[in-house]
Amino acid sequence: MRDDLQFDSHGRLRHLLTTEGLPRQTILDILNTAESFISVGEREIKKVPLLRGKTVVNLFFEASTRTRTTFEIAAKRLSADVINLNPLASSTSKGETLLDTVRNLEAMHTELFVVRHRESGAAHLIATHVPEHVHIVNAGDGRHAHPTQALLDLFTIRRHKGPIENLKVAIVGDILHSRVARSEIHALNTLGAAEVRVIAPKTLLPTAVEKLGVHAFTDMRKGLDGVDVVIMLRLQRERMSGALISSEQEYFNLYGLTQEKLEFAKPGAIVMHPGPMNRGLDIDSAVADGPQSVILPQVTYGIAVRMAIMALIMGGAAQAESAPGGRRT
Amino acid sequence: MPQTSDIVDIEATIAYVADELRSRLAHRPVMIGIHTGGAWVASRLHALLGLPDPLGTLDISFYRDDFSRVGVNPTVKTSNLPVNVEDRHVILVDDVLHTGRTIRAALNEIFDYGRPASVTLAVLLNRDGRELPVEAQVVGHHLKLKKNQHIKLLGPVPLKLEIQEAHA
Repeated sequence: MRDDLQFDSHGRLRHLLTTEGLPRQTILDILNTAESFISVGEREIKKVPLLRGKTVVNLFFEASTRTRTTFEIAAKRLSADVINLNPLASSTSKGETLLDTVRNLEAMHTELFVVRHRESGAAHLIATHVPEHVHIVNAGDGRHAHPTQALLDLFTIRRHKGPIENLKVAIVGDILHSRVARSEIHALNTLGAAEVRVIAPKTLLPTAVEKLGVHAFTDMRKGLDGVDVVIMLRLQRERMSGALISSEQEYFNLYGLTQEKLEFAKPGAIVMHPGPMNRGLDIDSAVADGPQSVILPQVTYGIAVRMAIMALIMGGAAQAESAPGGRRT
Repeated sequence: MPQTSDIVDIEATIAYVADELRSRLAHRPVMIGIHTGGAWVASRLHALLGLPDPLGTLDISFYRDDFSRVGVNPTVKTSNLPVNVEDRHVILVDDVLHTGRTIRAALNEIFDYGRPASVTLAVLLNRDGRELPVEAQVVGHHLKLKKNQHIKLLGPVPLKLEIQEAHA
């Protein structure tokens, strides 16, 4: 399904809800714009005035530290005013509905909502109900999508390994519960990755996963053979119902990333993890902290990519005019 | 239809601007060019003057005053100031000075890197149509154009001027 809700009548990106159906050029625009925001984070005054006077609300119905913090820093570096709300502990527990919460915040002249929710489709639902000048970024909805994580992962891959077209990428672990994996698979395929593989025990692979355009492996060594990029996922212990894995020790033995297993990937392959890591379960500490790991750069790039997304979404939206291209002198 | 203009001899104009700047080199200035045309001109001036510090470049996209109307251009380049501008004398270079808005944005960006001792503005072409109180200290050539005419520097090699007429 292409989510046309993401574009306004002028074809401009208005919301970012999913990477599914997101055009190749839009993805490239986001990644290219993020490159220029990297330098903003490296200088003395890490701020540009693009979103001065705008209000951004981080609406996190589900716990998060890294994602919420990087969104907050990104918005602040664009000079927006940022409010963090954790409605778990406030109105929604008093019976206020999701849309009521949003309408109240809208009445306070909020221009951008960054939404995380445990239910798939929550950000989409909000996007269908907000007026034209209000923008939504999905920061994770249930098992469905986590587009900003996928885009920052693409940015990381491109920076460290070059054009995506030439690369084989393996995503390893709890594919079943992972919105990150889904969003990555769509984006990687749109950019024409040479091959996308998923590696997991059968119980943690969605049914008919290959329809997403991936090759599925249950043997990690075979799956890692010759790949350029290894993306490890967090085993979502809180979502493990029934006997999806026999024991954590056995899971680590079969699917935890160790140096020995990493040797099957191409020499110089990079190792990524969206965090938070379960050390000794998803990944061995020696690998997580080793020379092939780009896990901490991922966090740094996450700020620049989120700045790019917010800047592209909020720039020139409602009153877009047919201004001549190029800058004015 | 865009037309290439021969009304200005670009090479001679660059040489003239370089000569005008020679008297300002005593305090070891740092040169900064504004993307894209200004950076091309600056790189020529930088070489002609043999400046000891590396050339800086600015992309002022994140400082434009029309962001809420036109948004961010995804082809934005990275600003690169390899030299700390704090307490330094800056020569800011652009190709065309028109409304003054680009220079306003560039000054704001420079000050986010540090507090320069001074900023001198050098432009290849100065045209009418100023909307802000901004003037250049060094001007290669003055041009009068019609309101609907836009002048654009094409490059980097060779540098050429193109005059575009917008039809209402």
